[in-house]
Amino acid sequence: MLKTSASFVLGSSKSSTYPRGYASGFDSPAALLNRRFEHPALWKALMLLLMTVLSQSWSPVFAQTDIQTKTPLAPPQDVRVFDTPSDGGDSLTVIWAPAPYDSAAVRYQVLLSEGTSVADPATMKVVAEFPANQRYVRESKWPWWTRPATGDQHQYTLRSGRGVELKSGTLYSITVATVLNDERSIAAPGQAAPEPNWINWNQMNNLLLALLFGGIVFYAIGTARKREIFLRRIPGLDAVDEAIGRATELGKPILYMTGAHDMSDPSTIAAAVILGRVAKRAAAYETDLLVPHREPITMAVCQEITKQAYLEAGKPDLYKDDSNFFITSDQFSYTAAVDGIMLRKKPAANFFMGHYFAEALLLTETGASTGAIQIAGTDSDHQLPFFVTTCDYTLIGEELYAASAYLSREPVQVGTLRGQDIGKALILGVLGIGTILATLGILFDAQWPKLFLDFFRDVK
Amino acid sequence: MPIETIIGGWVATGLTLFIFSFLYKDNPLFKLAENLYVGVSVGYTIIKTYDTVVVQLIWKPIVENGEWTLLIPVAIGMLMLTRYVPKAAWISRYAFAFIVGVGSGLAIPRTISSFILKQIEDTVRPLLTLIPGEGVTFTWSLLNPASSVNTIIILIGVSSVLFYFFFSVEHRGPGKVVARTGIMFLMIAFGAAFGYTVMARMSLLIGRLTDLIEFTDPSYGRPSLWLAGLTILTLVVMARRSRSHPPEEK
Repeated sequence: MLKTSASFVLGSSKSSTYPRGYASGFDSPAALLNRRFEHPALWKALMLLLMTVLSQSWSPVFAQTDIQTKTPLAPPQDVRVFDTPSDGGDSLTVIWAPAPYDSAAVRYQVLLSEGTSVADPATMKVVAEFPANQRYVRESKWPWWTRPATGDQHQYTLRSGRGVELKSGTLYSITVATVLNDERSIAAPGQAAPEPNWINWNQMNNLLLALLFGGIVFYAIGTARKREIFLRRIPGLDAVDEAIGRATELGKPILYMTGAHDMSDPSTIAAAVILGRVAKRAAAYETDLLVPHREPITMAVCQEITKQAYLEAGKPDLYKDDSNFFITSDQFSYTAAVDGIMLRKKPAANFFMGHYFAEALLLTETGASTGAIQIAGTDSDHQLPFFVTTCDYTLIGEELYAASAYLSREPVQVGTLRGQDIGKALILGVLGIGTILATLGILFDAQWPKLFLDFFRDVK
Repeated sequence: MPIETIIGGWVATGLTLFIFSFLYKDNPLFKLAENLYVGVSVGYTIIKTYDTVVVQLIWKPIVENGEWTLLIPVAIGMLMLTRYVPKAAWISRYAFAFIVGVGSGLAIPRTISSFILKQIEDTVRPLLTLIPGEGVTFTWSLLNPASSVNTIIILIGVSSVLFYFFFSVEHRGPGKVVARTGIMFLMIAFGAAFGYTVMARMSLLIGRLTDLIEFTDPSYGRPSLWLAGLTILTLVVMARRSRSHPPEEK
């Protein structure tokens, strides 16, 4: 451990911005003047007055100098180096105790070296430097259940990147140095190796909420099987049958799009479920259905759904394999092709379900120009304004997910919707209680509200 | 100027003008551009997929690095091809079930993290602000997103919008007021997003028009002028033909 003595720091000409000896005893200006002027009593009085005024105005400066020069510059204490818990194995964390000299003027350096033997810690690579009044555990993202030290401790998490590469399984030496001007005091290095972890304990709240909401949904499904659950009317969904009926009357096809995402996206799954309902009605009314795709797997899944719908409608002979067809996965060439279909086939009803990007307005504007009834449903909040302005009906956000339950009235789907409502009620309660606790935390400068608030934080 | 730059200028100008001609009505020039666009994008996607998936992710790791475990996802992927054999088409459902299952498994924690926890974290804020030197106070600044008054607006907005999306509760009485407040917040947000995006689209249009102006330069052979003339001529001829031979009503 390298330790710089206090006397050395105080005596060093480099450690102070003032001339050597100025703060620790010197010949007074009055004494100097005494030897140079003929009327020492008058000059003494003037100089005394001047010194009084200056001492008042300079006292803060001297006081600051005292902190900087008289506080012993000790190395960081209780330095602990360990593999960062709950990570992918590419980071190490170092924790050390706060010091009496912690201020913006003093700085901490984090030093790194590969291996266990460090002959001279001063030769280690400086990987981070920051003021000594920063980087506390309380400022970190750790929730209370994984916090490795009390909030007043200093912490720094070293990650790969910016000239540092931490390899999983390799042992590294890390230490912390205190720096004041040109002086540096380094603590004894500690060793640790980054290792990947199977479980991210920081996200335990995520798992518990998933289990809680899952339990609520299962309970609600059970309730829906026993008794009928009320579902409020969604105007956009009532229009689905109206649009299919209109297409049948006009003898024109129905155009249905499932969005830009693949089957891993909930909105695409919802779009595929609604397609089943629309296809069943289209089969019953013997109306043509066109489903252009830009994602091959979604197309294959939708083919199955459409086929099943025609079978359930008792019209398997009317099913056409090419009612679902692939155009291209490119965004705007797909848009150009669908715009062309709208103009040439002139579908009477256009459905835009799923997730959309910039093509949304191009598609719906063209559809509106052909006079088709248009129904959109998306959770893409950036495109919702365009659907709202150009479509006859729009399913906003979660209404898209609610649509399949509303249309089918199946207990599983209705129960799921009811379970989600209960979950949302819980969230509303958390918002209210959380706001009150956060306000109390500010009012009383208390940390205990964090016991509740941390549980509802997104901790990666 | 290099010949490929001149050809590029002509192609870019032509396709831009042909696509713009759609603003008048569907026409053969638009169809040409549309089919060219779709064909090129499909061809590009096939080559790109072959290179990035088949060559880089399957062939090279297995043959050059001996990563034989990759044959498992390859086998699952191959199951999808059984769709072309009607009697064995049911096997493809295992592959689809795997994809949908993995997708849901990945989506659930991500959804809870991004759409529940993150939203709660950003909404739950103290109604009073601690200002160093002044102590705890209520801040009225609308320009500061973290002010007390904005915290209350956000709290009311989030709560009312959340209530609007209750589907098993009828929106009547006080509930109707809360739901209508929620839809008002939604529409204000949509309006702001609409204006913002329209401005972004304007910048795209300006970009295309800047290119068209640049291609009026003699060094390119003035493609903008020639091709604009061709496009206008085609539309005029089309309009005349449709007047003399009106399409039959189906």
